[in-house]
Amino acid sequence: MTAVELAGITKRFPGVVANHDIHLTVRKGTVHALVGENGAGKSTLMKILYGMQKPDEGTIAIDGAQVAFSSPADAIVRGIGMVHQHFMLADNLTVLENVVLGSEKLYGIGGKARRKIKELSERYGLGVRPDVLVEELGVAARQRVEILKVLYRGARILILDEPTAVLVPQEVDALFDNLRELRSEGLSVIFISHKLGEVLSVADEITVIRRGTTVGTAVPAETSPRQLAEMMVGSELPTPETAESTVTDRPVITVDKLRLEAFGGKALLDDISFTIHAGEILGIAGVEGNGQTELVDALIGLKGADSGTIALIDEEITAWPTRRRREQGIGYIPEDRHRHGLLLEAPLWENRILGHVTEKPNAKGVWLDPKGAQADTRRIVADYDVRTPGIDVTAASLSGGNQQKLIVGREMSSKPRFLIAAHPTRGVDVGAQAAIWDHIREARREGLAVLLISADLDELIGLSDTLRVIYNGKLVADADPATITPEELGSAMTGAATGHLEHQETPADTPETPETPDLGKSPESPEDEAR
Amino acid sequence: MKKFDKERVLLAVAGPVIALAVAFVLSAIVLVASGKNPVEPFSIMFEQASFSDVQVRIINQASMYYIAALAVAIGFRMNLFNIGVDGQYQLAAMMAAIVGAHANLPAVLQIPLLLLTAVCTGAFWSGIAGVLKVTRGVSEVVATIMLNAIAVSVIAYLWLPNAFGVKVGNNNTTGEMHESGWVPGIDMGAAGEIYGLVVLAALLGIGYWIVLNRTRFGFDLRASGASESAAAASGVDPKRMVLTAMLISGGLAGLAGLPILLGDSHTYNLNFPTGIGFLGIGIALLGRNNPTGIAFAALLWAWLDKASPELDFHDYDKEIAVIMQGLIVLSVVVSYEAVREWGLRRQQRRVGAELAAGHVLGATDNVKKEVAGR
Repeated sequence: MTAVELAGITKRFPGVVANHDIHLTVRKGTVHALVGENGAGKSTLMKILYGMQKPDEGTIAIDGAQVAFSSPADAIVRGIGMVHQHFMLADNLTVLENVVLGSEKLYGIGGKARRKIKELSERYGLGVRPDVLVEELGVAARQRVEILKVLYRGARILILDEPTAVLVPQEVDALFDNLRELRSEGLSVIFISHKLGEVLSVADEITVIRRGTTVGTAVPAETSPRQLAEMMVGSELPTPETAESTVTDRPVITVDKLRLEAFGGKALLDDISFTIHAGEILGIAGVEGNGQTELVDALIGLKGADSGTIALIDEEITAWPTRRRREQGIGYIPEDRHRHGLLLEAPLWENRILGHVTEKPNAKGVWLDPKGAQADTRRIVADYDVRTPGIDVTAASLSGGNQQKLIVGREMSSKPRFLIAAHPTRGVDVGAQAAIWDHIREARREGLAVLLISADLDELIGLSDTLRVIYNGKLVADADPATITPEELGSAMTGAATGHLEHQETPADTPETPETPDLGKSPESPEDEAR
Repeated sequence: MKKFDKERVLLAVAGPVIALAVAFVLSAIVLVASGKNPVEPFSIMFEQASFSDVQVRIINQASMYYIAALAVAIGFRMNLFNIGVDGQYQLAAMMAAIVGAHANLPAVLQIPLLLLTAVCTGAFWSGIAGVLKVTRGVSEVVATIMLNAIAVSVIAYLWLPNAFGVKVGNNNTTGEMHESGWVPGIDMGAAGEIYGLVVLAALLGIGYWIVLNRTRFGFDLRASGASESAAAASGVDPKRMVLTAMLISGGLAGLAGLPILLGDSHTYNLNFPTGIGFLGIGIALLGRNNPTGIAFAALLWAWLDKASPELDFHDYDKEIAVIMQGLIVLSVVVSYEAVREWGLRRQQRRVGAELAAGHVLGATDNVKKEVAGR
């Protein structure tokens, strides 16, 4: 009856808990969706289930029997298959060759394997042709090959990691038909996503995961996207309320009609205009992939604007290179700290220098000043509570939260005038999150202008003085964070609302308790379980 | 904190030591397999190293290996593979020889002129690959290999009598250089002479360390090598950095042939040593792109080169040394990567353990905080 049962799963990485007391039950012959924001711990959980990582606590049961996986091979033997978000196919081999690769012992590499592939393809309506080169296939067809690959290896439980991220709507529908086919054959599917509409249309059951733990289970028939969104973003966290307004009338950064094009002319950013004043935090809400990354790149100078201007105070900086922008007071907390914020194998004090190599205390003229940098790193470690035994350890040996605190401390140290904060508390534990908020707020009081991009709507609403919604590369709506609720913001993020968002008062809905609207509408509403 | 310093030294030494041990054992196995005594060749070669004339030859040879390896290493430090050091140093040596044969200034000007000629030639030749990479995205590996081949043809052309060539018997030369461009050696009596430019090699090593570790430019270069994306976000212009590193690498490469040119041969002829650039790649690898490490690696390589001819007189093949060089490079690649990953994981574990034990820098009530953070 039960295909997968995860009970009390806890996974710690040095200094941070990625998964905490997770419970997940997947019934046989169902599509079970696992939803949560990026960084909520979905992928760690699936790595545990697929044998890529071992849990520190908790048990895994497959078909009622307890198991312990030490590698994905063990998981495959127990009938678990995973379709990764990034396909793992060799372009210059045929579908047949890709499928048998690594599993030649199952059905050989010739006629028997071809027959098996055809049989699987027909049975589940996958439409896979074994003798085509993979390079000739589109994205959706490649995904079906990946699914077939795991079925070929005998999987009865399929994990699909954000399978719809790469598909267009029609392909999504086709994929869902395939999934229903699998379900009707008695297979179980774990479907990871953060697109709520899709989840509701395909899943039999939904488990919501937030900040590393399961917060509740929902049944699509009884749940609205709204309720699901509330469960995902939650509100029992320390709320980042900004006490008093510190907004001044001195513009610090002025963006005017900024446009950025992809190769080929498609607009990634179009007609972006905003002004951030000293002491103001401008929050950008939006589903990921709607232009936030490009906006940050354009502001820090990693991508040149195709048209439009950016001005810092009264100087136009559109043509400035990144280094000059940073020297002139633009701080940068990157979205992906491993790619853009750290040298992972360099010691902490060298990471203190990164991005500020021309500034004091890191340099004297053209010379580096290691002593100065080291002393200042010690200060950051103490002030920002970076948990480390020393400043000579590599950045890679710190936990994500402590890496982030180091980055925040570094960027704040140079007293920026304008701070780009992309997901400043992503993957950070609750205590560190509050500390980072405090630091940002304090700098704001002293006149810092901040562009805040975050997937955590509570963080956005709580910290921002002004809110804008980005959709498809355009700023489509604006809202007043004092009155807006996460779900109102959430619907604007899907492009459903534009212009100025006005908070709609309803009898059961008060701004003080935005997390519990419509309570009592259904006795088994998911928030009840979530609480 | 000292613990981590000590550990870093340990890790730095562990890689080469393991690699050399493995290479020695494998070479011994090769000897056994070919029915020879697996120990005697080594003892013969070690004995060679105790003779002062061999020592002088080892040092002279090592100086050129050292400069070539520094040239390779500076590229490696930013993930740039300058495979073209070989063509760059040969062409640069030839240009220096030609200028030295035709210009005749006082020595204080002549020698800097020749050094400058070599640096500019090397930088020009590598700069072609650099420009191709930043403007057209051509892999520097492919471009520099091609340029090696072209350099050989250019050299053959310049050797023609109607270009700059002077025939001496069957030998192609560029003519004798004026004596003002000769760099006097350090006289070691009967053992011979150490090239004067050995001093230059040492200075380049020191300069290499200072530039990389103590200047802003060096930091940018290392950052680019460690993470291209992080470096770009930190304000390094990736294209300019590629071009600069390529020019410096080529400029250094240009100097690699000069110790022998200005110290001994005084002309660029058919006997001029070739292949130093390729050997420099292995030496830079073995030396972990570190100037001290490269110095040891260059001496080791030069020892294998200069001690192995003696083997022929004892009924062994001197190619054992070449086999050994190859085995060292192979084991180096494997052992360094293994040691690096092991060290990184070990440090992560230890940091985790230290934090759990409450050894947190700058926090007094850290144990409490640690619990609160969970």
